[in-house]
Amino acid sequence: MERGTGKHIVRLSGVAKAFERKPVLTGVDLDIARGETLVVIGRSGCGKSVLLKHITGLIAPDAGEIFFEEEDITRFSRKKLFQMRMHFGMLFQGGALFDSLTVGENVALPLRRHTTLGEDEICRRVCGRLELVGLTDVYNRYPAEMSGGMKKRVGLARAVVMDPAIVLYDEPTTGLDPIMADVINGLIRDLQRELKITSVVVTHDMKSAYRVADRIAMLYEGKIVHSGTPEEVRETANPVLRQFVEGSAQGPITPV
Amino acid sequence: MAPFTLLGRFLLELVQEIGGLGILIWRTTQLLPRTFANARAVFQQMDRIGIGSIPLVCVTSLFVGAVTAIQAAYQFHGYVPYKFIGTVVGKSVTLELGPVLTALVVGGRVSASIAAEIGTMKVTEQVDALEMIAIDPVEYLVLPRVVAATIMLPALTIFSDFLAIFGAAVVANISIGVSFHTFETGLKLLFRQQDLVGGLMKTFAFGYIIALMGCYHGFETRGGAEGVGVATMKAVVASCLLILISNYLLASLIFRIIFAPSS
Repeated sequence: MERGTGKHIVRLSGVAKAFERKPVLTGVDLDIARGETLVVIGRSGCGKSVLLKHITGLIAPDAGEIFFEEEDITRFSRKKLFQMRMHFGMLFQGGALFDSLTVGENVALPLRRHTTLGEDEICRRVCGRLELVGLTDVYNRYPAEMSGGMKKRVGLARAVVMDPAIVLYDEPTTGLDPIMADVINGLIRDLQRELKITSVVVTHDMKSAYRVADRIAMLYEGKIVHSGTPEEVRETANPVLRQFVEGSAQGPITPV
Repeated sequence: MAPFTLLGRFLLELVQEIGGLGILIWRTTQLLPRTFANARAVFQQMDRIGIGSIPLVCVTSLFVGAVTAIQAAYQFHGYVPYKFIGTVVGKSVTLELGPVLTALVVGGRVSASIAAEIGTMKVTEQVDALEMIAIDPVEYLVLPRVVAATIMLPALTIFSDFLAIFGAAVVANISIGVSFHTFETGLKLLFRQQDLVGGLMKTFAFGYIIALMGCYHGFETRGGAEGVGVATMKAVVASCLLILISNYLLASLIFRIIFAPSS
């Protein structure tokens, strides 16, 4: 699969998904432009992570289409999905490091499985990526010996080690102290600038959203209800978005 | 709730379960040619599943052999000469006790550990992470475990057969007063190679079942710590039940058809 040149790297059209008859997504239309950082905001449990997993083919939609480089991934075979995922990097909420492997082995795993690079070159690249996320001397440590913030940074190094075209971040700042959250936000920006990647971030942390976003989209009741630049979001008249951004208990969104 | 609703739900779940298991079996079978590419992982699992189970198999087999000798002597008393203790021990150990009890104790240990490991990986999104770095979790996690268990169970059973017979011989000698020579004569009296081979043939299936149940229930884990507990329990229950059921079916196949007694 070649890297395309079209304006949109990913497009979702009418994506719907229900779990045990409970609708989570009810018709999501979303275009992700090449090179942009899109932040999807929404309440906890509104289906943001489910949306991310649809983009990567980890979950198949009940209805609708998902395009990657203008190809409908819902029709892909498993083999083709795996090929597509070589262009993806993903940072999971808890880092999702393999706890039977050391940090170095975790980051090196994609290179070992999918390239024919020698050990020296793999080691060089892994150390390079670890440095990029601000970690040194952790190569031989196990994930269990590390803090949440460090795990996320290792997860990030692993996500970008194969030079992906697009990186997805699932709640990158959740569970981190404000300083570490800012470090991660900075990394998301730096990676986008240095590696020229498209980024999709899902979060409910508005501070993080303003810091990293080129564009913010809000997911509410299974649909994208608003999409615009951070400035537009700040000035918005949309009552749902306004309530979420201001973090108010009063408004159309009922706290459950 | 109406009985039909309950029945419907039960059937739906059953179909789902069989379907899921069928898909896993199919995908694992398709990946068998990749075994050599994953040789390192296979050896690692052979070590964990096989070598790691040796202490458990040792204790189980020695005591099973010992109790078989005691029970044989108790039932023979006054009717059958004790020189036949070796005969009955040899037959029962190689045909049933060795294969089935090894499978049950190893099954408990191994399917629980596989289900807990994969279940934890599932709930901490490590399985999704594998998918995202374009590594097939079936190839990376299931294939090495299934191959290793299928190879190691027969090996453990051979070991178990010997130890159980040894345990029986020692007990027959010490507490029943049957000399090693008499025990050996009895053992050889009606021994047929096909008993040993037939018993071992079953264990390939047992090993496969143990690893498959661990993997399947691991992948089916939902929720958090509680989900991992449920998955582990289901894996152990399913592997034990399937071992006992398949034991009957395989025994019918092997000893009534393949090695059918000539009339």
